[in-house]
Amino acid sequence: MLNNQIVIIDYNMGNLRSVQKAFEKVGCDAVITNNHEIIKNASKVVLPGVGAFKDGMKNLEELGLIDILNEEIIKNKKPFLGICLGMQLIASKSYENGETDGLGWVDAEVVKFDFTDYDKKLKIPHVGWNNVNYKNNNVLFDAIANKSDFYFVHSYHFQTKEDIVTSTTDYGFDFVSSVNKNNIYAFQFHPEKSQIVGLKLIENFVNLNGEL
Amino acid sequence: MLKHRVIPCVLLKNWQLVKSIHFDSFRTIGHPTSTARIYNSRNVDELIVLDIDASLNKEEINTEIITDIANECFMPLTIGGGIKTIDDIYKVLNAGADKVAINSKALEDLDFIKQASSIFGSQCIVCSIDVKKIDGKYKVFTKKDGVLDINPLELAKKYQEYGAGEILLTSVDNEGSTKGYDLELIKLFKDELEIPIILNGGMGEPHHAVEAIQNGADAVAAAYIFHFSQYTPNDIKRELVKCNIDSRIIDN
Repeated sequence: MLNNQIVIIDYNMGNLRSVQKAFEKVGCDAVITNNHEIIKNASKVVLPGVGAFKDGMKNLEELGLIDILNEEIIKNKKPFLGICLGMQLIASKSYENGETDGLGWVDAEVVKFDFTDYDKKLKIPHVGWNNVNYKNNNVLFDAIANKSDFYFVHSYHFQTKEDIVTSTTDYGFDFVSSVNKNNIYAFQFHPEKSQIVGLKLIENFVNLNGEL
Repeated sequence: MLKHRVIPCVLLKNWQLVKSIHFDSFRTIGHPTSTARIYNSRNVDELIVLDIDASLNKEEINTEIITDIANECFMPLTIGGGIKTIDDIYKVLNAGADKVAINSKALEDLDFIKQASSIFGSQCIVCSIDVKKIDGKYKVFTKKDGVLDINPLELAKKYQEYGAGEILLTSVDNEGSTKGYDLELIKLFKDELEIPIILNGGMGEPHHAVEAIQNGADAVAAAYIFHFSQYTPNDIKRELVKCNIDSRIIDN
């Protein structure tokens, strides 16, 4: 295993370059790849992504990445950072355009924002800066103030009964904005687009000790 | 709470930053990369960069300049101007942009919006509508064809139906005027769309942003005020907070 070689999974789902740039900014050369050998040799794995859940799963499957990810993240317990769609994909299931099974690493579902029963109809997608309210002192939030604003852009959100929620965010109601289960860290917001606090979060991931 | 965004909008022409008045009389105001760097250091909420003549001149999208700008941006970056194909969107996103603003192509071909949003996600597709008031009625305006007999609200609803994630709504009459946003225009749009509206054109002082948001804008974009006045995006946001509007203020 290379010493702290971070890979960003390339599965044709969006702003990979933005994510790579953020790693560069904190002094870490992350590689964008879908090459199985490079992923196997990496010490940490990042799954970014914007776009539709179904396409995300389909692309992961077509590139033969599902088995590799299961092997490296679940079996070998490499630190994993999921961002936006990359967070949603770790759920068991999504209801975006029908039902689609996810990676199933956590017992969770991804559902659309629904304000039917609310007086005030909020806009969908939820786009812009919103507070991230910590549930605990997660290591990836080190040196970032509670309730800091991060940048969100999404129409679907994560629901889980597992005790893995590290923060919630208020958009009509408190939805799950980040989770952590063992070596898996996932964020609905975009740290790579959240300026100082976002770069700090990425730095915290780079500095995570891989020996869990 | 979700914050109302204040978004600097910068115009490119011949890969220089320019500022227009009523979409005309352009002045060169500097280099795009250094401007992007300054906005990033000021922690602006977002940045919109539009190449104003790309569609008109059928210019190839200059991914080098987009890459240079994106390298300075750790906030969301929207790029617009001359986007005609799915491949163009790939190029712009791969250069480091997060969203694309589409104007002429959307007018010509609604299905393009559907296709683009299904491939890249709605969050990535900003539909841009330029509006001019003619005989008391709002009409869609393009640089190429002038005033069109299209109702901008109906057009925005179509864009929403076909998968747009946001609407960038610009009043050509107010653009560069510093007299404030077109409040009549935004009132027409208030509560009519499910997707966010970024209102553009006319901010000359911080309180104009308050009026825009109180009348229905989800976010405000502006160019002139940041280039030709002492006001910074943070000054605008302090005014919002003073008026009990949620805004994100980062003091450097």
